[in-house]
Amino acid sequence: MQQSREELLKAYRTMRTIREFEERLHVQFAAGDIPGFVHLSAGQEASAVGVISHLGEDDYIATTHRGHGHCIAFGSDTQAMMNEIYGRRDGLCKGKGGSIHIADMARGMLGANGIVGGGGPLCVGAALTIKTQGKRGVAVPFIGDGASNQGHVFEAMNLASVWQVPVLFVFENNGYAEATGADYSVASGDIVKRAEAFGMPGEQVDGRDYFAVHDVAGAMIERVRDSGKPALLEIKLDRFYGHYEGDAQTYRGEGEQERIRDTADCLKIFADKVTSAALLGPEQLEGIDAEVSELMDTCVAKAKAAPPPTQSDLMTDIYVSY
Amino acid sequence: MPIKTVREAINETLFQEMRRDERIVIMGEDIAGGAGTAGVEDAWGGPLGVTAGLVGEFGRGRVLDTPISEAGFIGAAAGAALTGLRPIAELMFVDFLGVCFDMIYNQAAKFRYMFGGAGSAPMVIRTTIGAGMRTGAQHSQSLYSIFTHVPGLKCVMPSSAYEAKGLLTQAIRDDDPVIFFEHKLLYDTADDVPNESYTIPFGEANFVREGTDVTIVALSRMVHFAKEAAESLAKEGIDCEIIDPRTTSPLDADSIIESVENTGHLVIVDEDTPRCSFETDIAALVADEAFGALKAPIKRVNAPHSPIPFAPELEDLYIPDASKIEAAVRSTLDGSK
Repeated sequence: MQQSREELLKAYRTMRTIREFEERLHVQFAAGDIPGFVHLSAGQEASAVGVISHLGEDDYIATTHRGHGHCIAFGSDTQAMMNEIYGRRDGLCKGKGGSIHIADMARGMLGANGIVGGGGPLCVGAALTIKTQGKRGVAVPFIGDGASNQGHVFEAMNLASVWQVPVLFVFENNGYAEATGADYSVASGDIVKRAEAFGMPGEQVDGRDYFAVHDVAGAMIERVRDSGKPALLEIKLDRFYGHYEGDAQTYRGEGEQERIRDTADCLKIFADKVTSAALLGPEQLEGIDAEVSELMDTCVAKAKAAPPPTQSDLMTDIYVSY
Repeated sequence: MPIKTVREAINETLFQEMRRDERIVIMGEDIAGGAGTAGVEDAWGGPLGVTAGLVGEFGRGRVLDTPISEAGFIGAAAGAALTGLRPIAELMFVDFLGVCFDMIYNQAAKFRYMFGGAGSAPMVIRTTIGAGMRTGAQHSQSLYSIFTHVPGLKCVMPSSAYEAKGLLTQAIRDDDPVIFFEHKLLYDTADDVPNESYTIPFGEANFVREGTDVTIVALSRMVHFAKEAAESLAKEGIDCEIIDPRTTSPLDADSIIESVENTGHLVIVDEDTPRCSFETDIAALVADEAFGALKAPIKRVNAPHSPIPFAPELEDLYIPDASKIEAAVRSTLDGSK
C-alpha cells in the first residue's frame, strides 16, 4: 500500500509521540509522581498506528490496560491524557478513570479496561450500533494474548459472527500475560488459528514492521467494512517494559530486554526503512523527535501543576439522574 | 380500565416503547425463538412468553436471539448503549448473573464515573426472580440485593401489572443502566392497566396500605403476602401500613422513615437471603435515622441463609409467607396492642 510523505511523517510523529509519552511516564512513575497502576506500551507503537491510521469518524475502538498508544493514535489530546494519568481534575476523565480506565467518548474510544478482554463484548455492541444505524463503520477491540484466553472474548467472537457485525478483533500478542508466557497460556499456539473456529477470516502480522501492519490491517478493515462481518488480526510484537511499572521482570530471558530494544524496535525499523529508501530524510525524523520531546516536556510540567479534583467531584457522574 | 396480567403488561410496554423509539433493540436467549429453523419466526416469544410477537412487528434486526452467551450479549448491550442504541437485554434467570456479572457491575455500571461523565449506558436488563416453582437452587433466587449494592445501577421490582408497565416504561426511557426484576410467580397475576403509556418514577415508594400500628416494608411478591397478613391482622384490630419501595436503588428512604415515625414498629419482608441484604439495609437506615421513634426491635421476615431447596415441602418452608409476617407483627407489637 503506497503511502504519501505526509502519511509517513504523520505515522512517525504519532509513533514517536507514543514512545515519548510512555518513556516519560516510566520516569515520572519512578519519581513517585503518578498514583496507581501504569502499564506502558513502548515497543508496540507500530501496531497502534498501523491499525488505527485506517479508522475514522464512524469507527470505535476499545483498548486494554496497556492502552495509551491506542488512545494517542486515535487522536486523543496528550495533555488531557497526561492530566488524567496524573489524576487531575481537567484530565480526559476528570481524574476519575486514570491510566487503566482512560476513555475518550467524543472520539468513539470506548475505554481502556481493567478487566482483560472487556472491550471484546463492548465492541460487538458498538458494531451492532453501526449495523443498526446503517453506517459503514467498524469496531476494533485491542486484546492482549492473555485476554485472548478469557471466556467473554470467545463469546464476543462467536456473537459477532452469529450476528454478522463489523468487528476487527485485534490481538496484540506481546508474548506475556503479566508474567506468564503466551507459549504456556495460549493452547492454540497462534491466536490467529482461532479465527476459523469462530467463522471469520484471520491474519497474523509482524508488529515490529509498521508497513506490514498498515497493509494487512488496512486490507482487513476494508473487508470488515464491506462485508459487515468480523475478522481477526493477530499482531506479534514486544513490550519494552514490564507488565506494570515496578515489575522486576524476573520472568524474562537473559538479555531479552536489550535484544528487543536492539532488534525489534518498531521506530528504529521504520526509520531505517524510510531513510534507506530515501522516502524521508533523517533530519525530518530528528526534527519530529525534537518537537515531540518538547511537547512532552510541556505535558508533564502542566500535568504536575494541574489541580486535583476536590470533594465536590466525589459524588458526581455516577448516574445521569438519581 | 382493562385487566391485564403482568406478562401482558410487560409485553404491551415493549411493543409501545419499541414503536416510540427506534433506537431500542431487544436481545436474549429465545426471545423470539426458532432462529436457524427455516420458516419459523416466533417459536417461543421468550422462555416465559413475555416477548411474544415482537419479532413479527420489529424484525430480527431489532429483536435479536442470542447464543447462550450471557457475558457476550450483556456486554454487547452495554457497548451498544454506550454508542447510541437503547438495548433491552433479557437475562432469563437472575441466577445466571454469575456468568455475566462483570459486564454489568464493572462495565455498564461504571462507564459514566470512570469516563468523568462523558458517556452512559441507557440499557435495561430484564430478569426473573423468585422461588416457588420447584426449580431448585440455580433457577429460583431473588438476587436483587447484590445489584442494589452496586453504585451506577438502578434496581426495580414491580409488584403488580400496573406497576410493571409504569416502571418498565420509566426503565426504558431512563438514561442509566436499570435492572428490572420480574417475579416469575407474578406473571399471571392481573390488575387494572391503562392502554396508554405512563411512567412511574424511580425512588418513590408506594403506600400499598395505610395504617397506624406497624410499618411493613415489602417488595415484589412479598407485597402480596404482606397484604394478606394485614387483612388477617385487621380482624384482630391491628392496623398495618404497607410500603412497597418499588425500587431499591434509588430508595425512597424518606417514606420509610416517615412511616416508622408514625407507627413506631417495623417489619421488613425480603425473599432474598438475609446477610448484607435489602432487609439489613432498611434496618440500618431506620436504626440510623429513626431509632428514637422505634418502640420495639425491628423484625425481619426473610429467606434463610441457605440455597433454595428442591423438595416442595422444603421450598415452602424457605419462602416467607403471610403467617410468618403475621407472627413478626405480633412479636414486634408484643402485647402493646
